[in-house]
Amino acid sequence: MALPKICGIETEYGIVSRGMDMSPMLASALLVSSFSGGVPIKIGWDFFDESPHIDARGIHEGSAMFPEVESAMPNMVLSNGARYYVDHAHPEVSTPECRRPSEVVLFDRAAEEIIRNSMMHASNSMGEGKELIAYKNNSDGKGNSYGCHENYLIDRSIPFEQIAKYIVGHFITRQIFTGAGKVGVEVQRDGEMPVAYQLSQRADFFEEFMGLETTLKRPLVNTRDEPHADSRKYRRLHVIVGDANMSEVATFLKVGTTCLVLALIEDGWYPDEWQIADLVETHRAISHDPSLSYKVTLIDGQKVNALDFQDMLLERTRAYIDSGVDDPTSGDAHLILDRWEEVLNGLRDDPQSVAHMVDWVAKKNLVDGYKARHKLDPFHLALKAIDLQYHDMREAKCLALRAGLETMVSKDAVHTAIDTPPESTRAYFRGRCVAKWPQDIVAANWDSVVFDIGEDSLKRVPMMEPMKGTKDIIGDLLDSVATPKELLEHLQGVESTHPTPDPGW
Amino acid sequence: MTMAERTQKQRSAPTQTPKVADDVEPSSESAEKVKANLDDLLDEIDEVLETNAEEFVRNYVQKGGE
Repeated sequence: MALPKICGIETEYGIVSRGMDMSPMLASALLVSSFSGGVPIKIGWDFFDESPHIDARGIHEGSAMFPEVESAMPNMVLSNGARYYVDHAHPEVSTPECRRPSEVVLFDRAAEEIIRNSMMHASNSMGEGKELIAYKNNSDGKGNSYGCHENYLIDRSIPFEQIAKYIVGHFITRQIFTGAGKVGVEVQRDGEMPVAYQLSQRADFFEEFMGLETTLKRPLVNTRDEPHADSRKYRRLHVIVGDANMSEVATFLKVGTTCLVLALIEDGWYPDEWQIADLVETHRAISHDPSLSYKVTLIDGQKVNALDFQDMLLERTRAYIDSGVDDPTSGDAHLILDRWEEVLNGLRDDPQSVAHMVDWVAKKNLVDGYKARHKLDPFHLALKAIDLQYHDMREAKCLALRAGLETMVSKDAVHTAIDTPPESTRAYFRGRCVAKWPQDIVAANWDSVVFDIGEDSLKRVPMMEPMKGTKDIIGDLLDSVATPKELLEHLQGVESTHPTPDPGW
Repeated sequence: MTMAERTQKQRSAPTQTPKVADDVEPSSESAEKVKANLDDLLDEIDEVLETNAEEFVRNYVQKGGE
């Protein structure tokens, strides 16, 4: 039986400073530290278990690049269980771990509001004519890309290569509804016709099938083996191929369909012949074809387009869910299947019918409409400006907010999710502790919370089980104890530890 | 069933069984709203766009991330 698909999203935002000369690192640091969330102190990150250079294929790549977080940069844990920090030259929010894709949508929206809150406070503190602006996109249009990564809990007992060779077909073809749209091409090849508009922000940047890198020679399947959980039982599939979505339905479908397809792979339901022959080229070609007519070649020589491939996956996934398995998305499966069918039928019949769900269609409408009104060349920079401003995090300047996109979560729910964790993963324990005892926590991580309760050693609470630390398991205890010392007396497995290195701020 | 047959069957499925859940707004209605909304937005988009769009695009330079 497939594991429940604990999932989350990490989004790097583009950052611009106006009215001053500031490096993107400093601008990101200023933005993150301007967040005025409910937590009075900033709680540091515990790097104890970080190992982003371990490869899921069991091989060592000495040359692999792996993220180095600037230890002097703000890096905090929020009371909703999220992480908010500076990664390279970008502000990044990682949602807390969720059990349902609909919760990921909620916490991804909360992340947007955290960014907006930070922008407002930073700009207010900087004086007239100066501001920080974040963009929820994945490229600057000049060959520089930054990611929106997804994470899914998978079963360690399934060989990684098997997961990789099957899930990649979904990654390549799901672009037709997850693509955020892009004006132009960034990696133009000799002799290739210029493409005025493509489905994906990211497809231009992928050059390999599998690999450990995230910044060079980006692979369609990232092999980082860093489960942030019990490594004997779990893997965390770290997905770097997707776009950041402005459409809530697109985020829901991106995460939801991927959860379900992963579950059916784990349970042996994926037909072996559904593998795409030339992965990198096909990924790029699908993105470059808004007519959705490009034919994918499968390893047995058959040709189908991306819509056909997605229809096949949908039908298979519906049969899998209807076979009576436990819902791997803890209650969202039927909604995912229905919305998936709706978007595929809509794209096939008339893409305009899904302009309220699919970012690349909504953005293309703006670009095409503006181009027609002003009789512009398809490569006019004004169209690129529309592309960028679709993702502008300032409400007054954001075109996505004006594009008629359907919403799935209410403003009230998003407001609550800024400082309230999801209830059915360990993020609940983390978020509640951060909210309740911010002065007593010296560091936290996905799989630990470290307390200073005034003794010689620090007390580290390991959380190697993502499905524990939930409200059901620990909510009453957290409600009833007044101090972390009291809490720790009731917990098993607490470790004494030495102070972690001073993060420097 | 071969892949080709399976694909063919699915290709024709949408017209035979238009599926819209009862509690979901029909997408055609949403699409009409989107169209009307698009016309309104195009009327006022210049007020939302950066005043010097070309300079804005040229100056939008990011460092690679991840």
